[in-house]
Amino acid sequence: MAEQHTIQLTVNGSACSRSVQPRRHLVDFLRQDLGLTGSHLGCEHGVCGACTVELDGHIVRGCLTLAVQAQGRSVRTIEGLSADGDVADLQQAFIRHNALQCGFCTPGMVMAAKELLEKRPQATRAEVREWMSGNYCRCTGYHAIVDAICETLASRSAQAAQAAA
Amino acid sequence: MKAPAFDYTRPRTLAEVFALLREHGDDARLLAGGQTLLATLNMRLSEPRLLIDITGLPGLADIAVREGRLHVGALATHSAIEASALVAEHAPLLAMAAPHIAHRAIRNSGTWGGSIAYGDPAAEWPCCLVALDGRVHVQGPGGARQIAAVDFFQDLYTTALQPDEVVTGACVPVAARGNWFGFDELSRRHGDYAVAGLAVAAHFDGGVATRVNLGFLGVGATPVRARRAEALLAGKVLDAAAIEIAATALKAELDPVGDLTSGADTKRHLATVLLRRLLGAAQASRSALAA
Repeated sequence: MAEQHTIQLTVNGSACSRSVQPRRHLVDFLRQDLGLTGSHLGCEHGVCGACTVELDGHIVRGCLTLAVQAQGRSVRTIEGLSADGDVADLQQAFIRHNALQCGFCTPGMVMAAKELLEKRPQATRAEVREWMSGNYCRCTGYHAIVDAICETLASRSAQAAQAAA
Repeated sequence: MKAPAFDYTRPRTLAEVFALLREHGDDARLLAGGQTLLATLNMRLSEPRLLIDITGLPGLADIAVREGRLHVGALATHSAIEASALVAEHAPLLAMAAPHIAHRAIRNSGTWGGSIAYGDPAAEWPCCLVALDGRVHVQGPGGARQIAAVDFFQDLYTTALQPDEVVTGACVPVAARGNWFGFDELSRRHGDYAVAGLAVAAHFDGGVATRVNLGFLGVGATPVRARRAEALLAGKVLDAAAIEIAATALKAELDPVGDLTSGADTKRHLATVLLRRLLGAAQASRSALAA
């Protein structure tokens, strides 16, 4: 049996320390050790995006990140992101556009879209589709998800323009 | 699936890495971004006893220009390369290729050195290095050496890297006046493994292409240079006739292996589609400059 490692990290703003096996990936750690079940496991080899979480401010695949690699770093999950209110407008747009049905992919979608809203505030619809291509949804056909993100981009741009005027 | 059990260590110096590799040999794997390795572990395609996390090694994520070459450290992430002003200015081909690599969340973790060391023939960085006549920098207990990219990628997932060596980075010549670069690939979904891809690094003197390097991905066991098509293009104006002659030669020159979704003939055809698109774009941009 492999040696246990004690890791110390910040999760959704709170310091935490746990003993983990090296094989434990970040999403199993979050779900099973910390009870944060908002991050989902779909394919478990980096294709579906359901496990998307933030590590030191950047989205990563939670299934392709080991918990031991998060030592000394800061993790934010959909629970933290929702509580912080940073994407309340995006979440409302998801609801308005029926951009979720079963909801399994939604936390990953919202995490991925959050970084798009921050890094590519001027993104076109085609760029949104490209950016979100790493997240699978098996219900919606993506149209409504892209609509919700584009609407949020537009309303944030309008707000920014208003603030500047 | 879950990865098998393994031990994990995060050394702080290359000397420690070499000692660990000597001690554990093939039971150990180097872990950088982990975007390939951890997927293969989750699928149990590989069961190493020890992962040596090299992300704690200092200085290996730097991007810098030295002696006419752009140097990218092994631990630079795809996103860091995508966002780098130095890369955009001095190696625009890399900036063009970066958005094609997987998806944002993977680009935030995956590394330049990992992609090079893995040697996937469908990967973007090995293809760009081969097109740019880049060099791979490796270090072992006996010292450092540089290997021309065209010699580094030897066969399917097989490189010139020795078992006791680590890829520390790679460099490419900085872009010069008269250079033209283009990158494109065809895949079923954006960010998926490309069926075929092409990196062009050309040099123009007025309207004449004096050199046209063609690096293809996804059409062989390694990234490949299409030397015969290149020779037919050198010294030519890249008009429709010249491009068609090169496309015909390219079809004869490439010897792709089919994959799950695309047969050899499809790949050969798509390679010529990419060639026409990119050389057409090169010609259009030169004509615009001349006008």
